[in-house]
Amino acid sequence: MEHLISLFVKAVFVENMALAFFLGMCTFLALSKKVETAIGLGIAVIIVLAVTVPVNNLLYQNLLAEGALDWAGLPGVDLSFLGLLSYIGVIAAIVQILEMTLDKYMPALYNALGVFLPLITVNCAIMGASLFMVERDYNFSESVVYGVGAGIGWALAIAALAGIREKLKYSDVPAGLRGLGITFITVGLMSLGFMSFSGVQL
Amino acid sequence: MSEVKKVLFGPILANNPIALQILGICSALAVTSSLSVSLVMAIALTMVTAFSNFFIAIIRNHIPSSIRIIVQMIIIASLVIVVDQILKAFAFEISKQLSVFVGLIITNCIVMGRAEAYAMKNGPVMSFLDGIGNGLGYSAMLIVVGFFRELLGAGKLFGVEIFTTIQNGGWYQPNGLMLLPPSAFFVIGLVIWALRTYKKEQVEEPEFKIAANSRTQEAM
Repeated sequence: MEHLISLFVKAVFVENMALAFFLGMCTFLALSKKVETAIGLGIAVIIVLAVTVPVNNLLYQNLLAEGALDWAGLPGVDLSFLGLLSYIGVIAAIVQILEMTLDKYMPALYNALGVFLPLITVNCAIMGASLFMVERDYNFSESVVYGVGAGIGWALAIAALAGIREKLKYSDVPAGLRGLGITFITVGLMSLGFMSFSGVQL
Repeated sequence: MSEVKKVLFGPILANNPIALQILGICSALAVTSSLSVSLVMAIALTMVTAFSNFFIAIIRNHIPSSIRIIVQMIIIASLVIVVDQILKAFAFEISKQLSVFVGLIITNCIVMGRAEAYAMKNGPVMSFLDGIGNGLGYSAMLIVVGFFRELLGAGKLFGVEIFTTIQNGGWYQPNGLMLLPPSAFFVIGLVIWALRTYKKEQVEEPEFKIAANSRTQEAM
């Protein structure tokens, strides 16, 4: 249990998806102008990560890893090179299913997330979390915790950036830095702040 | 001929995918701590963009528009698998350093963005050139950032010492911050500033104008 809690804290702060690994940067920079949209997107990312990472974990453990197909009478078959293709397929499919389920059973949440759900398929944070899960050899329960933690970390980062940018638009920025340039520098400073977590031993 | 030139070299300065279109930033930040890794990543991405544009343009009239994203995704993912396997076979050290970022070319917005915006509407040859052009724009940014980070952070270029560091009896005190991830943001921010000072038309409109101070006494 302790091990899982430390994994969770590590995924949220120390190895923050957005600020330590720079994953999901495109949406991170493009959709962080308003706090409301940022929070909506953040929640969508948490949900999708919490579902896709464990599913990809099962897929990897039971079908793709070396020797995983022993039960089918195919010992020593290593399909891990098909990983990339399968993960992205799983992610695209789950996002689609999630969209339809939410539309049917939770219309309020569906309307709130709206345009963000399909966008999430191409968010590198989702794919990145699955790839890290494989690289670090997490088991099923670890992958659940890691998925949720990574999602919360990303949501935290985008909400914080949106808060800063809402204030920043009143400031007098040099012409060439306006918009994208100053956002990069702000994120750099935030990332420096988050680096102070990196010495934390759990 | 001028059309070819525009498609091929336009994205480097005039319409840079990273500095202007906000595409493909994730990997630009994470892999640029040394020049050789940046270079490999730049080549890999240029190849994937060019060939995915080429193949998608060939079959563009046969893809039903409702499933086009999935078709594009499969083509891109297959190309990335090829690149990943080639890197593992011939440049194992670098592929270890790139870790998950080769796989993340699949979700790199440049590849998807160009497939959707250009290859679905144009012929295979022009799409191929467009892919090379945008790859070059991305590469230019990556190499500039990688150059400054490795030179200032370690005093080296491609692992060869340029500035002799103090540890080796020279004069240069390496700036460790440049090797850490946040510096990539600062370097890209400054490159964007330089680019927009040179190309004024890329400057974004301010959302708010600050009114002139009418009470000069307070300013004193």
